[in-house]
Amino acid sequence: MTLNAKLVLRRGALDLDVEFEVGAGETLALVGPNGAGKSTCLHAIAGLVPLSAGQVRLAGDVFDEPSRGVRVPAEARGAGVVFQEHRLFPHLTALDNTAYGLRCRGAARSAARASARAWLERFGLGAVAEALPRALSGGQAQRVALARALAAGPRLLLLDEPLAAVDATARLELRRELRAHMASFAGPRILVAHDALDAFAFADRIAVLEHGRIVQSGTVAEICSRPRSRYVADLVGTNLLRGVVEGGVLRLPGGGALVVAGSASGDVVATVHPRAIALFRQRPDGSPRNVWSAPITFVEAAGDRMRVQLGGAVPLVAEVTPAAVAELGLARGGDVWVAIKATEIALDPI
Amino acid sequence: MNPTRRGPADAALLLLVSAVVALFALPLVGLALRAPWGELAARLQSETVREALWLSAWCATAATACSLVLGLPVAVWLAAGAGPVRSAVRVLVTLPMVLPPVVGGIALLVAFGRNGIVGAWLLQWFGIALPFTSAGVVLAATWVAMPFFVLTAEAGLRSFDRRFADAASTLGAGRWRTFRTVTLPLVLPSLRAGLVVAWARALGEFGATITFAGNLAGHTRTMPLAVYVALESEPEAAIVLSLLLVALSAALLFALRDRWWPAR
Repeated sequence: MTLNAKLVLRRGALDLDVEFEVGAGETLALVGPNGAGKSTCLHAIAGLVPLSAGQVRLAGDVFDEPSRGVRVPAEARGAGVVFQEHRLFPHLTALDNTAYGLRCRGAARSAARASARAWLERFGLGAVAEALPRALSGGQAQRVALARALAAGPRLLLLDEPLAAVDATARLELRRELRAHMASFAGPRILVAHDALDAFAFADRIAVLEHGRIVQSGTVAEICSRPRSRYVADLVGTNLLRGVVEGGVLRLPGGGALVVAGSASGDVVATVHPRAIALFRQRPDGSPRNVWSAPITFVEAAGDRMRVQLGGAVPLVAEVTPAAVAELGLARGGDVWVAIKATEIALDPI
Repeated sequence: MNPTRRGPADAALLLLVSAVVALFALPLVGLALRAPWGELAARLQSETVREALWLSAWCATAATACSLVLGLPVAVWLAAGAGPVRSAVRVLVTLPMVLPPVVGGIALLVAFGRNGIVGAWLLQWFGIALPFTSAGVVLAATWVAMPFFVLTAEAGLRSFDRRFADAASTLGAGRWRTFRTVTLPLVLPSLRAGLVVAWARALGEFGATITFAGNLAGHTRTMPLAVYVALESEPEAAIVLSLLLVALSAALLFALRDRWWPAR
């Protein structure tokens, strides 16, 4: 069940024209500056905003095709949407909010409530089932919103910056939970990501929107290694690596391993600032716990600094001065010694 | 400005406010002073008062019900968009609020009277005559009261956050279900306030009622008409009826206090 979307529309200052595809069980993250049209993409797919041209198709069902006059109303699309500001119905309890979609699909009140209660319990919200939304914390409200969207039995899942309205302390835990719940959803998933960390934590693929156009799309690794616009470069200005920490060692999917500090364990996103990476022609001898030899795959200028892309099992970008590039002869390519202190690797559990 | 020192401007303002308070309070004080308190209970139980009170209560309630049933769809339609047609309809619906009620009564007579453009037809085909009947009272009261409900309901519906309706539609709710389960509950306070104001307006209706429905005891003589009649023959009865209307209106304002004077 693949979602194919070609979205063409104008809305105020926004001139949107994008095309993408999301497979079953795949998560696409839409990232970009404010006003780029990320949320509008989700609303158009959900049927809340009309297209002027293009097509939205889920598996064999055409949802939208203005040229043929096809427009399936939002209520018949089966798109589970989690809005930025949760949009829980203020006059209904968490339980009745969660049961709402089931009631719409004809479930009897008692059956809908029983099922909704099971959903809330799965989200650890059994205790607040009878609470009204205004009595819930930001994190709880967003969990109820996700439970409400999933309980309706959607065919695709659309999340609009689900972590934006949640305070920083709750965000960490909610991110991990959301990720687990999203992983258990079998249909296509699209996430508008608040920051790079969210995008990298959740997504299989990333599409970068600027001024209503996709300026770059690809896997996380592809976007990281070759940022194609200033916004993307800033977005991925730091090295983000997904991996698993075990006993103070971060193991990467490509086989690489880094010694890390701190007590984190399990799935993480590791952040390494390019300036924290030192390069040497000879094997250095010193305090950094991580020293290895890696091939230089690319060198480019970024303002007054040079970005040196390193290949091998630990793909990274290092930022050094042009003088260093000249002195070490980095532009020639070849292998270089890389050193990172364990304490320079920040870990965010996901 | 120093808030602890009162200048001459403050004194003048205070004086003006006192004068206005007196303007509104003195008539009520007068009613209370002149009321035959000793025979109040007996007067309230008299046939005339009970008849007028009962007629007024059910006619106002029926007019309010008509305002709800007929006015809500209009309010929904008015709130759903903008444009010259809607503006024109809004002016038309609002007109009874600003017209002298007696003009409304004459207009109703011309339209729904026995020889009226619709009334003659109603009489000929269905044998229905509205003037000088309780149904006529309800029609006159609806005509003057419905605008209050429509405007209040429209304002409530306009301030309704469409995003909740969007959320409902993504969960599979069609337009009618969304309206019934999300929109209505969320605009209920506005609708309730509109109904109370409409009921109060219907209860106090005089001009249109006496012009269109006449002044038949037991059929069209509502409280305000009974006050008017009593004033000619027995002024004390008029005062008792007036006090009753004051009490009812005050009770209504009290019921609505949270809406108009929210606790800060």
